[in-house]
Amino acid sequence: MECVFGMVGKDFALVVADTSAVNSILVHKSNEDKIMVLDNHKLMGASGEAGDRAQFTEYVQKNVSLYQFRNGIPLTTKAAANFIRGELATALRKNPYQVNIILAGYEKETGPSLYFIDYIATLHKVDKAAFGYGSYFALSMMDRHYHPDMTVEEAVKLADQCIDEIRSRLVVAPQNFVIKIVDKDGAREHSWRRTTKE
Amino acid sequence: MKLDFSGLESSAPLYGGNDNLLSDGFSDAPSFDLPVTSDFDGFQKNSIQMVKPAKGTTTLAFIFKDGVMVAADSRASMGGYISSQSVKKIIEINPYMLGTMAGGAADCQFWHRNLGIKCRLHELANKRRISVTGASKLLANILYSYRGMGLSVGTMIAGWDEKGPGLYYVDSEGGRLKGTKFSVGSGSPYAYGVLDSGYNYDMSIDEAAELARRAIYHATFRDGASGGVASVYHVGPTGWTKLSGDDVGELHYSYYPVEPAVVEHEMTEAVTA
Repeated sequence: MECVFGMVGKDFALVVADTSAVNSILVHKSNEDKIMVLDNHKLMGASGEAGDRAQFTEYVQKNVSLYQFRNGIPLTTKAAANFIRGELATALRKNPYQVNIILAGYEKETGPSLYFIDYIATLHKVDKAAFGYGSYFALSMMDRHYHPDMTVEEAVKLADQCIDEIRSRLVVAPQNFVIKIVDKDGAREHSWRRTTKE
Repeated sequence: MKLDFSGLESSAPLYGGNDNLLSDGFSDAPSFDLPVTSDFDGFQKNSIQMVKPAKGTTTLAFIFKDGVMVAADSRASMGGYISSQSVKKIIEINPYMLGTMAGGAADCQFWHRNLGIKCRLHELANKRRISVTGASKLLANILYSYRGMGLSVGTMIAGWDEKGPGLYYVDSEGGRLKGTKFSVGSGSPYAYGVLDSGYNYDMSIDEAAELARRAIYHATFRDGASGGVASVYHVGPTGWTKLSGDDVGELHYSYYPVEPAVVEHEMTEAVTA
């Protein structure tokens, strides 16, 4: 029942994820942050099996930092996406990671970009992407209302429409969502959409 | 059907070679011979189901203003048979950290003991106590590396370190969650209900202990796999203390005492004519 989706706007990229940590019928936590800040200008929203999600995303984050320490410059979003895909592909036939990832990044030279990375190491550069049961609702909403070069307000409004649709139509909808944005000023949390406090 | 696994073999060893003097036995890559069977996926699924106990227990822990309250039942069940009513499900990792046991008893006891060893080694190497964050991460990483091999551990690490009270949920699927309130086990949905409705961060130690005790009692009342004794521990700035251990049967009668029934007619001797 995890939902992660994202879209590219005029000079920014947006990633939205639910914040529930669920074990069969129990909600252990409804404020679990699943969008990791990889570095100043990269966000990685991940959904999938609990242990794999946390461990793999941390592994990616540490390796991205290591590259920056060793080489003095940060990875481009495209390079980070290909690194993630490579790790997933290498592990695929031995010890697969059950994690789906939406990578969003911003570079001065190329602007904002969004990458869809599947758990079987599919990689696509896209304008909008979604994972989980919520994707059934979010994708069509985005297909209908998305247009290139949206402003932040328009994109957040579209994200809200997707969240409302998920809340009203998905049988076990997550309680809270977090919206994070990455643009020339960096990667940061934008806002939360809560129905429960904790 | 003999499957061809030559493509999966790697040419170089994954971990340090076997002649590594510093190898502690746990860093070698775990491996086992694959069985000869026509339906390997089905066999794997069945074997994991067989090994994986259903976490028949109720444990809970929550953070409040005076520290962490940890409580658990004490029943061990094997299917429909109650094998013990006096299992210690709250494991003392060190004088200021507790772990709870849900899932396979051997797995929990062994890995908590192992965690205690690692925490002590950390203290000796760094001249300071390990944080709850660090201890839970150590355990989570160990369990993650055995992912898919049938370990069954659903534990909470509760402790008090320099940052104050800390509570983490760690399980054998590799998940690790930081939180303020958790309950684990087959009785946990019942305990969550009582815990959520009665919880208040500003409770006193006695109120918090009573909430924990009550939540365990209600879970043992409804869940067949939980019962025995409700133990309640408190972790404060000076370490943990055991507050109480009450038999849940006796708790039932103290919460819901038997009212003498109103007798409408008393039987008396028949009057002989």
